Amino acid sequence: MPNNKKMYDKGKVVAGLIIFGVLITFPLWYNHLKVAPAPEPKLVGKAAKAGQECIEPKSFMKAEHMLVLDIWRDTVVRSAKRVYVNESGKEFEMSLTNTCLDCHTEKAEFCDKCHNYALVLPYCWDCHIDPKEKM
Amino acid sequence: MNISYMYSLIAVMVLFLLAYLGAQVTVGKVFLGFIIPFLAAITFIVGFIYRVVDWARSPVPFCIPTTCGQQKSLPWIKSAPIENPSTTGGVIVRMFLEIVFFRSLFRNTKQKLKEGDKLSYEWEIWLWVGALAFHWAFFTVVFRHLRFFLEPVPACIQIVENLDGFLQIALPGLLLSGVVLLAAVTFLFLRRIFIPQVRYISLASDFFPLFLIMGIAFTGILMRYFTKVDIVGIKDFAMGLVTFHFHIPEGVGGLFYVHLFFVSILLAYFPFSKLMHLGGIFMSPTRNLTTNSRVKRHINPWNYPVKVHSYEAYEDEFREKMVEVGLPVEKMIEPEPPKEDAPPEEEAEPPEEAEPPEKEAELPEESEEKE
Repeated sequence: MPNNKKMYDKGKVVAGLIIFGVLITFPLWYNHLKVAPAPEPKLVGKAAKAGQECIEPKSFMKAEHMLVLDIWRDTVVRSAKRVYVNESGKEFEMSLTNTCLDCHTEKAEFCDKCHNYALVLPYCWDCHIDPKEKM
Repeated sequence: MNISYMYSLIAVMVLFLLAYLGAQVTVGKVFLGFIIPFLAAITFIVGFIYRVVDWARSPVPFCIPTTCGQQKSLPWIKSAPIENPSTTGGVIVRMFLEIVFFRSLFRNTKQKLKEGDKLSYEWEIWLWVGALAFHWAFFTVVFRHLRFFLEPVPACIQIVENLDGFLQIALPGLLLSGVVLLAAVTFLFLRRIFIPQVRYISLASDFFPLFLIMGIAFTGILMRYFTKVDIVGIKDFAMGLVTFHFHIPEGVGGLFYVHLFFVSILLAYFPFSKLMHLGGIFMSPTRNLTTNSRVKRHINPWNYPVKVHSYEAYEDEFREKMVEVGLPVEKMIEPEPPKEDAPPEEEAEPPEEAEPPEKEAELPEESEEKE
């Protein structure tokens, strides 16, 4: 780049570059250089008790819970089968409100925290309700 | 086999292996997780500014009024206020249509010989469709990714996410932009392979970004729908990355590092490649100049100051010699008594001073445009 040359339309070019700089560093100043701590789903009530086990291991539930719920919905609605049998042969009722929320009583603590953090917005609650939440 | 795309494909494959294998050891994670993305971001920002400033240092040409529409002239001649704008507002509309909807690519034509030797031009819309799908999908994908970098997540990202996944197919919900991005980039790649003329002018530097973006989209889709990465852990890591609080996420597989490495490569490669059209489109002189050459006088900005040697100065310099050889002069040498040599020529002889060069440059323009 020949350094002795002047810039043409300097005002416009510099203004454009400043806009570029502001946009590209947006996450930096939006977060004020701080990291909000990553949420941990809290287990309260029945789920927190020792010896209480979820329908499947934690690692599986973490990755596949949405598929489990989806399959449950389809099975209940289309085939009217309401019993889920897990790997170790234990039986559960296929129900979000009666099975899942029975142990994980705090939806806000258990579901919403991570879902809001990662902006994953399921449509579970379009139809279902959290019995604790006031209508 | 076309050597251009083979090289690019091999390069992307090597990068994939490098990142995938590198992510198996801690040192590799540190490099792939912090050092490389950080250097890539710096390269991108500095390189981008460098390229734009470099372009800004080349002279801006005289406005180009012959593109696509009648320039504003006499009131009874219908002009095209957007295609050939004579006002700043018109230019803004033209630039907006160009940047957001690729207006000039929309006019793309294809030449063909018909019935033997008849040359015909056909409207070719598919490149425009592919390009529009690709760019908009890519923009949506990048915009959606802001959810990993911002806390709390702004509502506008949520709206885009909802629109993107409005089909509510599959779980995790299928986002259209990812699919459209991969489809469009594949189309743009196949176009370069199957159209002989386009294949002939395609270079390795045309294929490399396509493969790289394919790789980015592919690894992203794999992570979201198939291998199911720990999204909270990744957000925590990404937040750390943009706020300089680095830490290695636990339980995140090699695929994530490949994804991050590909993005880093794309960012670092960006300022040195054709991808710089992101900045360049704002500086295209056929689009961003007000075509008001009939209204406003434009002075060539790179006219250098011409050193003028007027006849007066010339005579001052050579008067004695002129008088010596008997040439007519305007002013006689002072101390000597005035001679009667050449009184009649005096008035006719001195040429007029040269016009300032700015005026000369304008002359041909004026005569040409009277149509």
